[in-house]
Amino acid sequence: MKIKLTLMTVVAAALALAVSGCNKSGDGAGGGGGGKKTAIANVGSDTMVNLAIAWADAYSKVDPSVSVEVNGGGSGQGVAALINDACQIANCSRQFEEKEIADFKSKHPGKEPKEFMVGYDALSVFVHKDNPMTQISIEELQQLYMKDGKIAKWSELGVNNIPGAKGDEVILVSRQNNSGTYHYFREAIVGKKNEMRLGTVDMNGSKDVVDLIAKTPNAIGYSGMGYATPAVKQIKVSKKKGEPGVAPSIATTLDKTYPIARPMYMYTAGDPAPHIKKYLDWIMASPGQKIVEETGYVPLPKK
Amino acid sequence: MPDLAIQPPHTSAAAPAAKAKGKQQRGKAEILGERAIEALIYLCGFSAIIFVFGIFFFVFREGAPFLAKLNIREFLFSTDWFPTSQTQAKYGVGALIVGTLSVTVLAMVIAVPFGLGAAVFVSEFCTGKVKETLKVVIELLAAIPSVVWGFIGLTVMSPIIINTFHVPIGVNMFNGAILLALMSVPIMVSIGEDALKAVPDTYREASLALGATKWQIVYRVLLPAAKNGLLAAVLLGVGRAIGETMAVLMATGHSVRIPDSIFDPVRTLTATIAAELGETSKGSDHYQVLFLIGILLFSITFVVNLTADIIVKGIKKK
Repeated sequence: MKIKLTLMTVVAAALALAVSGCNKSGDGAGGGGGGKKTAIANVGSDTMVNLAIAWADAYSKVDPSVSVEVNGGGSGQGVAALINDACQIANCSRQFEEKEIADFKSKHPGKEPKEFMVGYDALSVFVHKDNPMTQISIEELQQLYMKDGKIAKWSELGVNNIPGAKGDEVILVSRQNNSGTYHYFREAIVGKKNEMRLGTVDMNGSKDVVDLIAKTPNAIGYSGMGYATPAVKQIKVSKKKGEPGVAPSIATTLDKTYPIARPMYMYTAGDPAPHIKKYLDWIMASPGQKIVEETGYVPLPKK
Repeated sequence: MPDLAIQPPHTSAAAPAAKAKGKQQRGKAEILGERAIEALIYLCGFSAIIFVFGIFFFVFREGAPFLAKLNIREFLFSTDWFPTSQTQAKYGVGALIVGTLSVTVLAMVIAVPFGLGAAVFVSEFCTGKVKETLKVVIELLAAIPSVVWGFIGLTVMSPIIINTFHVPIGVNMFNGAILLALMSVPIMVSIGEDALKAVPDTYREASLALGATKWQIVYRVLLPAAKNGLLAAVLLGVGRAIGETMAVLMATGHSVRIPDSIFDPVRTLTATIAAELGETSKGSDHYQVLFLIGILLFSITFVVNLTADIIVKGIKKK
């Protein structure tokens, strides 16, 4: 996927040059006449980058005249690119901030960033399938994952006698420190001001987290909801200790009771051009939403 | 007479005249062709050097801008690795260096007895079909891709280690070291065997004539005689272990910490680059620091390989 990403960057740069070339000749809409491919530049959130690439790949078969070039970099980069006309679609795992909307309006008088909700990102907390734990609070997760946090042992979480566990130590499974999942987890659990604990076992993929927990009775970890397998247990999460926990599911994500989930957005500058509108409609319709589910995210509610 | 070979036979009577004539006979195209081929061969010879320097140059160019901002002491000795912190990014690779070294040393503790033992066995104790079979199988071991080793570490060895040693986590230094040992044994065996083969048979015959047992020959004669070659074999194994990435990324646990025991997870320099470079925005501080880690690794493997090379040269002089 990473190689593909760099390739895409190169292709995107090349195509951007090509498109800017033909724009000069008066074809402002970049229309795909004469069998030439129309490029849609799609920049933004790292959380969404794999999903965006999967969409772009699948869409190249649906409409071969359009090629979507995806770049990551973060939601902020997507916003900046949209404001500076460096992309047609910005991927955001958060909404535009007020300041960003103001910046956008000053650059594009009479237009507003148009928001399209394209799916949800929900993180599950996983433990080994034999672990008797059924729920955890955000506070407890923070004390586990925060640097200098107070919890390091299962007994401190009220969990004793995990079958197969060796010792009382909690093995914290995390992700490499620039993945979108890591960023969201850090923001939602540990807080922006705090550091993550060093010494977590950092896996290099959402699936690896689940695989490791399945083999390690002492472990706890987080990953996309879609990565659950029978070898691990998803536990309920409550906002505060003592409150009833909420099980992660598509339903609890959609009614916003599950605390570690967030919507994912795509933005365009004002009303999208017809070929972009067609792409976004395809994303929000069932073929695009099926890809959302396949890549481990939560699709939009069915209408 | 350097160009004797290209002279036609009938001109060999009067040497100086024939020489001049021979040169005239060679067409312009022929001379050009020869030059071109010569240049090509030169280029092939030098390409390896060009590539090595090219790689070093590009890695250095990407990492160098950060050198000015870098506190070398903090970089090398601090264990705070917070490259994506939102408050204060910290780039201390101390724990990663310790991780790389500890995994490599443990791997060598496992691999050296096996590797050199196997080299002695293949070279001195078996003949014919057994020898050929062993060599093929050992080479097969070297052909297994490292991601497959990593996968074995993650899925097969991890639960075995947890249950055998009663430790909380199975992806750890020990797991990674076993994989690295298995990966560096084939190199040690083939180079070690060559070194033993290079010991003249007269040594063996003389020892036998003196009434030495096979074990005495190996221990008292062959090992001392081949010690440089065996050392080079070990060092090349070390180089392999330090540079290995995928297997250690998957099997060591990838955890930033100074290990207390061999069953603690660790993180290596190579694995850090592999895990983080792909999603780092180009030109950022984090990106440049990852390239600095690349330079650090480059230097370490360069020193190891150079040492091995010098030792091998030492053998040839004998």
